[in-house]
Amino acid sequence: MSATRYPSMAAGWRLPNVWDAAAFLCVIAVLIGVGHVAEGTLTRIDAPGATQITLDPWNLPEYAVRTTLRMFAALACSLLFTFTYGTAAAKSRRAALVLVPVLDVLQSVPILGFLTFTVVFFMNLFPGQVFGLELAAIFAIFTSQAWNMAFSMYQSLKTVPADLQEASISFHLTGWQRFWRLEVPFATPGLVWNTMMSMSGGWFFVVASEAVSVGDNTWKLPGIGSYVALALEQKDIAAVGWAILAMLVVILAYDQLLFRPLVAWSAKFRFETTAGATASDPWMLRLMRRTRLLQFCGERVGDAAAFLGGMRLSFGGRPRTMTSRQPSRIVDFAWAAVLAVLVALAIWRVVMFASQALSWTDVGTAVGLGLITLLRVVVLMILASLIWVPIGVWLGLRPVWARRAQPIAQFLAAFPANLLFPPFVLTIVYFHLSPDIWLTPLMVLGTQWYILFNVVAGAAAFPGDLKEAAANFRIGGFLWWRKVIIPGIFPYYITGAITASGGSWNAAIVAEVASWGDTRLQAHGLGAYIADATDKGDMARVVLGVVVMSAFVVLFNRLLWRPMYAFAQRRLTLA
Amino acid sequence: MDAAVTTRPCLINVTNCRQAYHKDANADLVVLDDVNLTLHEGEIVALLGRSGSGKSTLLRIVSGLLKPTAGSVTWRGTELDGPTEGVAMVFQSFALFPWLTVQENVEIGLEARGVARAQREKLSEAAIDMIGLGGFENAYPKELSGGMRQRVGLARALVVHPDLLLMDEPFSALDVLTAETLRTDLIDLWMEGKLPVKSVLMVTHNIEEAVLMCDRILVFQSNPGRVAHELTVPFPHPRNRLDPDFRQLVDDIYGIMTRRAPAGPKTAATVVTPPLAMPLQRVGTNIMSGLMETLAAEPYNGRADLPALAASLRYEVDDLLPLADTLQMFRFAVLEEGDILLSDLGRSFVNADTDERKRIFATALREQVPLVNMIRQVLDERWNHRASAVRFRDELEDHMSPDYADDTLRTVIAWGRYAELFSYDEEAEQFGLEDIE
Repeated sequence: MSATRYPSMAAGWRLPNVWDAAAFLCVIAVLIGVGHVAEGTLTRIDAPGATQITLDPWNLPEYAVRTTLRMFAALACSLLFTFTYGTAAAKSRRAALVLVPVLDVLQSVPILGFLTFTVVFFMNLFPGQVFGLELAAIFAIFTSQAWNMAFSMYQSLKTVPADLQEASISFHLTGWQRFWRLEVPFATPGLVWNTMMSMSGGWFFVVASEAVSVGDNTWKLPGIGSYVALALEQKDIAAVGWAILAMLVVILAYDQLLFRPLVAWSAKFRFETTAGATASDPWMLRLMRRTRLLQFCGERVGDAAAFLGGMRLSFGGRPRTMTSRQPSRIVDFAWAAVLAVLVALAIWRVVMFASQALSWTDVGTAVGLGLITLLRVVVLMILASLIWVPIGVWLGLRPVWARRAQPIAQFLAAFPANLLFPPFVLTIVYFHLSPDIWLTPLMVLGTQWYILFNVVAGAAAFPGDLKEAAANFRIGGFLWWRKVIIPGIFPYYITGAITASGGSWNAAIVAEVASWGDTRLQAHGLGAYIADATDKGDMARVVLGVVVMSAFVVLFNRLLWRPMYAFAQRRLTLA
Repeated sequence: MDAAVTTRPCLINVTNCRQAYHKDANADLVVLDDVNLTLHEGEIVALLGRSGSGKSTLLRIVSGLLKPTAGSVTWRGTELDGPTEGVAMVFQSFALFPWLTVQENVEIGLEARGVARAQREKLSEAAIDMIGLGGFENAYPKELSGGMRQRVGLARALVVHPDLLLMDEPFSALDVLTAETLRTDLIDLWMEGKLPVKSVLMVTHNIEEAVLMCDRILVFQSNPGRVAHELTVPFPHPRNRLDPDFRQLVDDIYGIMTRRAPAGPKTAATVVTPPLAMPLQRVGTNIMSGLMETLAAEPYNGRADLPALAASLRYEVDDLLPLADTLQMFRFAVLEEGDILLSDLGRSFVNADTDERKRIFATALREQVPLVNMIRQVLDERWNHRASAVRFRDELEDHMSPDYADDTLRTVIAWGRYAELFSYDEEAEQFGLEDIE
């Protein structure tokens, strides 16, 4: 934004320009699409075409629109959840006692395993209607999006700078005003970033959640996910290609139309008081800022938001002093007692349930399979690091290349890896390869890019004077890697690796079992165990598998990533 | 105090105010003890003291952000129970919302009061023009220099037409020239009666700033924070820093502030905390050597006037006094009525080579800082010559706030390392005797 900007109103109100017409058409088209889909959801489940799909590529645009709308509906729910749950966890000490650990566990629980049961639940809410199925699909996508967004909100609210808090209190902002003027803006950059990640994560679940079978019935909601499922069933490789193309277009569209502008816009909320290097605005943001109609609409929306956020609503009277008010011991005690009772009840319930359906052998099997999956994750992380760290460093140290590579890596991370499964499955079947080994790479197919683009970012941020010092003392070869660049990029690498390893665990459920027509490939592992139990409707084993997997993920995080992250933050950050 | 001022309406009245943080095991940590303050309309008052003397805490109590542990605060005669409309604050760190433009930042206090948009714009326009920000309305804070940002902070506070303007070290984050411009601009507005406030209360550690701007100065002492002295500044505005009377007053205040130094041998008997938990200031060994060398050389020849020394070193009083105190604690120097004198020990330190300096420092450290002695004793007794830092920190935290404990421990680590009395492993948080002797 180096060019001088003239006041936008200097020219006054003129006739709408060409862009206005284009924008207007787009808005109309979106409205028609939404209306059409809404109509579809209210039909009965046995109506012709309501839950049947065809592989005709001409249907794909409609399917794509319906899938996208599902994802955005889930995103809206996730935002609502984020604003309530995240805020409650940050504002109330007692609530945080429960909400934060719960969120931590939910983040690592593969909800995918419970899909069958949530479908039954939602279908019973709206018997005989497509709406129940839609809700179940949206819920499944929601469970893949909400947790990290809520966490980001919680962490932002916990780190709002003290001086700004004092300023807003001393200028008498009410709780409501403080929320919208200080806390939400402060949380925005992190939230936008996490929303993007959530959208990518959601695609994984779309494929699994649109085509559901409960008992003998199989329903396929019109959408890209069902289309892929059907293509896999009917061994139609061309259809898989079409689906990949459609998904590419959709991802490109919302990336360019929504997320690029959002990220650029949210930069203004970044909490830094020095002017940094500003990247050029994405074309969509420029369009919105320059098209009079869109600009007008944007301003009205902004005004409305400002009005809502500025309302002097207050909850619990006007702001009081921020005293070190002694928390009531009695209430604390009562709260702890209530929690203890709840936990005891939960344990009792779980034990009752488990003792009826499970034996210790089952637990042993699940843990054993968990160890196999753990081995897979570890090997994959090592392999991915060995490949992508050198490449990332190479790219990151060359600014021109880094600028080109960064968006591509981010896009690849957003692309749902399960769409790329069919070629892998075909290859394995064709060459009679061992599924135990060759299904494994599917787990990192989508997540390895986090390592790449974080390392690129780290290498790009590596200080020039340190580079010069290393060159000046003729530090080269292995020593350079060990003493110079690896410590330099380590914090970035860890951030990427945590995301990648978490994603790999979740992917295991989908990646350890793959099918192509009648051929079903299955690797040994906890993911396959859960997928298997889900297919059979074996609730007890699904629960067991999910619990064991969550335990593995939580332990992995606590014992490996957290200490490494803390170490990186403490020792290897350039002050 | 000026008789004309005392007859004016009283804005804020703080009586017997005490602020303490409760510790489970031991006595409370007292930040402010028995502080009284009365503020009338038409005066600018400074709370002057070193960092940690509780002056910022008092400002927050007056603003209603903090409720004192004991004592009463009344605003225009009624008890204060939260931020009141008549008070606005300017922050040391500016505390501007980075996502709001200059104008939106200025309007935020009005918006919180529910002032209509047209009225808001009118008022903010006036405040922006008055404070010299015209033309910057649409800029974001990150586009502005420090001085301009603090102007936004001032405009934001002034636009609500507060009766009392509170300023928390408003110029200390700015460079010398910018700070001076802002000070004179503010005083000019005040003298011309254009400032829409009745009274100003500011916290500062800059003696000259207090003498330049204020009608009354409350000098704070530390540990616990207390008003040690109250003086009236009789000079009319505009004041001249080079005026002999001005210089004399600055000198006197230096005297007051050094006389009350808590670590001096004279006050040692009155210190109630056990010597083990003596709070230490984070003063580096290089800077100590540097100051001693400077004192020993021309033109000081072992004796220097503190204000003059501060001016020639371009040090704030907040930087110089802890340094002088520490030298006095080690018996390297003596403080006398605003002067600093190099002792014989200090001279022998200056004349020694590196190893000899380390030996002198090690001896002084073991004599004057019991904590160092204790750490070394524990290390000598242990079979593996290692000891966790946690137990020493816990011991310190029984007597001081966690921040102070941390500072003290870090200081001890740095000094002990320089003196080669012990080594420290940051990762394991352990003291040890590796590479020692």
